[in-house]
Amino acid sequence: MHELSVSQLVDGLRNGEFSSVELTQCFVDRMQKFNDLNAFITELSERALLQAAHADKLIKDNQHSLLTGVPIAHKDIFCMHGVKTSCGSKMLDNFIAPYDATVVEKLDQAGCVTIGRTNMDEFAMGSSNESSYYGTVKNPWNKDRVPGGSSGGSAAAVAARIAPLATGTDTGGSIRQPAALCGITGLKPTYGRVSRFGMIAYASSLDQGGPFGKSAEDCAYMLQAMAGFDEKDSTSLDKPVPEYTQLLNASLHDSLKGKVIGVPEEYFSEGLSADVKRVIENAIAWYEQQGCEIKSISLPNTKLAIPAYYVIAPAECSSNLSRFDGVRYGYRCDEPQDLRDLYDRSRSEGFGDEVKRRIMIGTYALSAGYYDAYYLKAQQIRRLISEDFKKAFEQVDVILGPTTPEPAFKIGEKTADPVTMYLSDIYTISINLAGVPAMSVPCGFVNDQQSDLPVGMQLIGNYFEEEKLLNFAHQYQLDTDWHKKSPSGFE
Amino acid sequence: MSISPDEVLKIANLARLQIKQEEVEQYANDLSSIINLVEQMNAVDTKDILPMAHPLDATQRLREDKVTENDQRDTFQTIAPSAEKGLYLVPKVIE
Repeated sequence: MHELSVSQLVDGLRNGEFSSVELTQCFVDRMQKFNDLNAFITELSERALLQAAHADKLIKDNQHSLLTGVPIAHKDIFCMHGVKTSCGSKMLDNFIAPYDATVVEKLDQAGCVTIGRTNMDEFAMGSSNESSYYGTVKNPWNKDRVPGGSSGGSAAAVAARIAPLATGTDTGGSIRQPAALCGITGLKPTYGRVSRFGMIAYASSLDQGGPFGKSAEDCAYMLQAMAGFDEKDSTSLDKPVPEYTQLLNASLHDSLKGKVIGVPEEYFSEGLSADVKRVIENAIAWYEQQGCEIKSISLPNTKLAIPAYYVIAPAECSSNLSRFDGVRYGYRCDEPQDLRDLYDRSRSEGFGDEVKRRIMIGTYALSAGYYDAYYLKAQQIRRLISEDFKKAFEQVDVILGPTTPEPAFKIGEKTADPVTMYLSDIYTISINLAGVPAMSVPCGFVNDQQSDLPVGMQLIGNYFEEEKLLNFAHQYQLDTDWHKKSPSGFE
Repeated sequence: MSISPDEVLKIANLARLQIKQEEVEQYANDLSSIINLVEQMNAVDTKDILPMAHPLDATQRLREDKVTENDQRDTFQTIAPSAEKGLYLVPKVIE
């Protein structure tokens, strides 16, 4: 059952081929069997089986919704009423959320069964899942490698077929990069498409929730349930949500013929592994064979994305994380001497190193006398990057390139120098700065030190064109089977 | 530009963080290398470019000024490190 697509799961449940309790038990068993991956912070097995029994009743009474009875996993960043929501941090190790995030509420309403809460980089700050208070997640393709981050647990869980679907969040690539490194499909929607309410904030002007699945079709189902305007999120956009699952049904060749794909030269320059490049070029060739026009384009400000991001994101994080003070909820140090000692020690003991570094960079960038040189400058660069995309989308339907410069790196390989880690997000970060949607789609493997590791191609679309991206990816997946490969040992 | 150990302590103070003496140097090195990365921005002239705060240049929505939230103080205080009679307790501030 764990290899079935979401539409097969939905059909199987409705036709009575299996019950949600049986299905949920299957995934719960896998969650426990493969717990050495460390993909989960909290397992919700009992709760999930109760939810599944309820789903079975709804299906029997013909009261089902889009995903009734389908198991999912939630990144531990989405507040879930009555459930520990740690955000990968010691700071929130004791935090039982008193309310539901809108994404959690919507997926509940769609009938999903939540089997567990997935591991992540602390407060979503990281590209390898190594900054989690709960330890590193292992990549199912090679347990000495990272799964990517920050949504590493969700990506590993879907890759290992522990959950058919999982939620993620993407501030600088945190859905797309782990999707690429784990050989699955992941989508970062347009900024404002999915509600941020109850999604613990890292960098509010960049954060966006989205789905992980085995395929574009699976992601379409989950996005359908997640997307939409939310009054409780002041940056949510009031635009109708298209029928993503219907749009995928467009026939194979018709829909791609004549479409223009932009290939940015900056995404194929130095730093890109030659093996990854070859795999991406094969994917481009496939689209060309389907009648797409391939157009070389330039996104000239790409190299400025990482510098601008490491001002904007830390600045916003230093403001957002100022709420953790040891007073109202979360970690409090033992025996504080006075109020100041309570603040200082609760924060220093509760936050890990990477979070502290980013808070300090942000504090510095926003401190008196530096605002114009750093924050304002970064926001101006952000405008330039976004203009690059606007110009590109005047000529092309989608942009295609690699998601990451190299496949999954080794655990510990990039922890010594934070800047080395930051540079691994070179192809994903500018998309968040511009706010456009993008996804990562498995498109082949490279062999690195006797290990076959998955490669993801990135498809980038214009604002609110998620359906176009999903369709481009779906057509590819109808004709290729990279998305159907699963790591050995997880059969 | 590099960040000195003294600046690390100054920033930590602003951020309400305590950095152990033996870690100050490491933080100074790490923060300096991040700031050096960030300063690559200076290669570009951004005169007259409008700063971008929101990807779609959306502005904050306004809503009618009415009460929409219920009082959930007791619920929220059940997860507080220390609370009593509806108040959050902290170390004594006034002697």
